[in-house]
Amino acid sequence: MTFGEAFRSALEMILAHKLRAFFTILGTVVGVTFLIAVITLIEGMDAYITDEFAGQIFGVNSVMVRRSPSVTISGDPEYFRELRRRPSVRFEDAEWLAERVETPGTMAISSSSGGQVDGPVGRSISGVRITGASASFFRVRSMNVEQGRAFQQQEDEAGVPVAVIGRDVADGLFEGTNPLGKTIRIQSFPYQVIGVLERQGSLFGISMDNQVIAPARSAMNGYVNPRGVLDEIIYQVPEPRLLPGAQVEIEGWMRIRNGLRPNEPNNFEVETAEASLSFWTQITQVMLVALPGLVGISLVVGGVVIMNIMLVSVTERTREIGLRKSLGARRKDILRQFVIEAGTLAGMGGLIGIGLGGALAALVAAVSPLPAQLAPWSVLLGLALGVGVGITAGAYPAYRAAGLDPIEALGHE
Amino acid sequence: MKQDNKAVRETPLVIETRGLERNYRLGTETVRALRGVDLEIRRNEYVAVMGPSGSGKSTLMNLIGCLDSPTSGEYRLNGQLVSGLSDDALARVRNREIGFVFQTFNLLPRSTALDNVALPLIYAGRPKAERRERAMDALASVELADRMTHRPNELSGGQRQRVAIARALVTKPSILLADEPTGNLDSKTSEDIMMLFDRLHQDGQTIVMVTHERDIAARAERVVTLLDGCIASDNLQDPLRFPTLAERSSG
Ligand SMILES: Nc1ncnc2c1ncn2[C@@H]1O[C@H](COP(=O)(O)OP(=O)(O)OP(=O)(O)O)[C@@H](O)[C@H]1O
Ligand SMILES: [Mg+2]
Repeated sequence: MTFGEAFRSALEMILAHKLRAFFTILGTVVGVTFLIAVITLIEGMDAYITDEFAGQIFGVNSVMVRRSPSVTISGDPEYFRELRRRPSVRFEDAEWLAERVETPGTMAISSSSGGQVDGPVGRSISGVRITGASASFFRVRSMNVEQGRAFQQQEDEAGVPVAVIGRDVADGLFEGTNPLGKTIRIQSFPYQVIGVLERQGSLFGISMDNQVIAPARSAMNGYVNPRGVLDEIIYQVPEPRLLPGAQVEIEGWMRIRNGLRPNEPNNFEVETAEASLSFWTQITQVMLVALPGLVGISLVVGGVVIMNIMLVSVTERTREIGLRKSLGARRKDILRQFVIEAGTLAGMGGLIGIGLGGALAALVAAVSPLPAQLAPWSVLLGLALGVGVGITAGAYPAYRAAGLDPIEALGHE
Repeated sequence: MKQDNKAVRETPLVIETRGLERNYRLGTETVRALRGVDLEIRRNEYVAVMGPSGSGKSTLMNLIGCLDSPTSGEYRLNGQLVSGLSDDALARVRNREIGFVFQTFNLLPRSTALDNVALPLIYAGRPKAERRERAMDALASVELADRMTHRPNELSGGQRQRVAIARALVTKPSILLADEPTGNLDSKTSEDIMMLFDRLHQDGQTIVMVTHERDIAARAERVVTLLDGCIASDNLQDPLRFPTLAERSSG
């Protein structure tokens, strides 16, 4: 019997026992579905974080100097006390650094906080991300102004009260009328709108268009942070290869600036997007091992279910095995028949599972801020696991039954 | 009664058993189903095996058919010692040398008559076209050429048994074994099956058949009677001649 014939006879057998086939498939489908869905979501999240989030929050090719890390996963109270003892990062630090750093690049500063912005005729929006920044901030963060213009270096240095607003703020305060030249109030300070940012989209469901950016030396200074204090100094290099050098250089200057002795630890943070995301890389690694691990276990449990069904099915079919052996089938003939049947069933289950898993991930992505991205390797993994489990589960009972004397198997009811 | 006829003695042995025993363990008890059976069957013999229920007839047939292994004793099939054969070699013997007809037909319920008959040829590794042709021939020889695409549940008991016989014969085995082949059939249908056996025997087929019925055993040339797992008698007889279907309709 050629493989093609064996395969066709397996299909006939499957069609002849649809209900049994259904239950056999079900275990694989459930396992593979969740495996694919989970991996897809994690992969999507990972791509999202590293591509979108990193660019938007940290900027590309940038070194950040901060008082404390932008992301902290430690729960140690002593660590937090240490952070509070650190000196603030100030405007003068940025100016001091700008005079000394030799690696080519652009420096920007920024401070942000959430707050309320008032428009004309009593309209206001709360929860707006309000940023005081230098003029270079727009370039460093690759933010484009789609209407009007960004503020200039002279306006920044003079602290002119002008503002660039996000799309949501423009829509919320001016409802389709041209916001350029209008006045908004931030903490009762009047600012003239000179530009509207291009739509930024959202991160984890939080709109990035609900923001206002104004010169750091305007009334922002003292509002967002205590007077003279910055959230961060950003130094963007033109090429990724310059990044490590810039990081080392800036770290060295900051140690000098803060008067640290060689054996003293840094009392500031020098971060890059990659370094800040290392926490995320760790999390995804753990998730990619742990979650599919869990799902994998469920797949194995599903396999045990399949094995039971196959066991019942093989027991039901022990007579058939006995008959085939009495007609001259060898053990491996029987085994091949059952492996092809189980493999076909599990393969179908795996394919259905991949489809359902992808659909499930797409559904989750549609109704929640979690992104999804189908990874080709997860498809292969799902299929391989499904088929592997199915074949093992199907082959084992058949292997046992095929070892019986024909008459023993035939006597089986 | 010993066979002294010289011609018979020169016919090659198909089956030769020496002290064949088969015990079944049932919990702490041991059932001695066969207690040392010596049996010789030569080519083209037609042997009926009789005996009361539980005397070991089926046990003997299963051992001869290599469907079961003896507890002790020797069994030679066509001069070859079967006892020491590997699993695969045994499968080959079952496939090539033995045609087994069961009382309960044992057809694959979801396969057509043709596929059922062709099954042993699959395990013989024959190509598809040849399988089909030989299965069709075998079905034609049991007068079922017009029922090839029927499934077992679309066939009568007698037709099912004829499919099973065609399946047993399709590999041209050296011996046809039948354990109460008419046990599940009415007397008219049994008669048809027995006429088929008569004809096969006339065509040179070696046959061993278990039966409970005297008039069926009467068709064989030799009757072996078992009692409590031993051969109680082994008699040659002049087989009752029944007209074949062809003879009946022509004469
Ligand atoms: N699988 C088995 N396990 C235990 N004992 C068995 C088994 N098969 C047969 N026996 C016993 O072996 C003895 C012979 O059984 P066997 O089936 O050969 O008898 P038989 O002559 O074919 O009877 P029948 O005419 O009823 O078919 C009986 O006592 C039976 O109970
Ligand atoms: Mg019996």
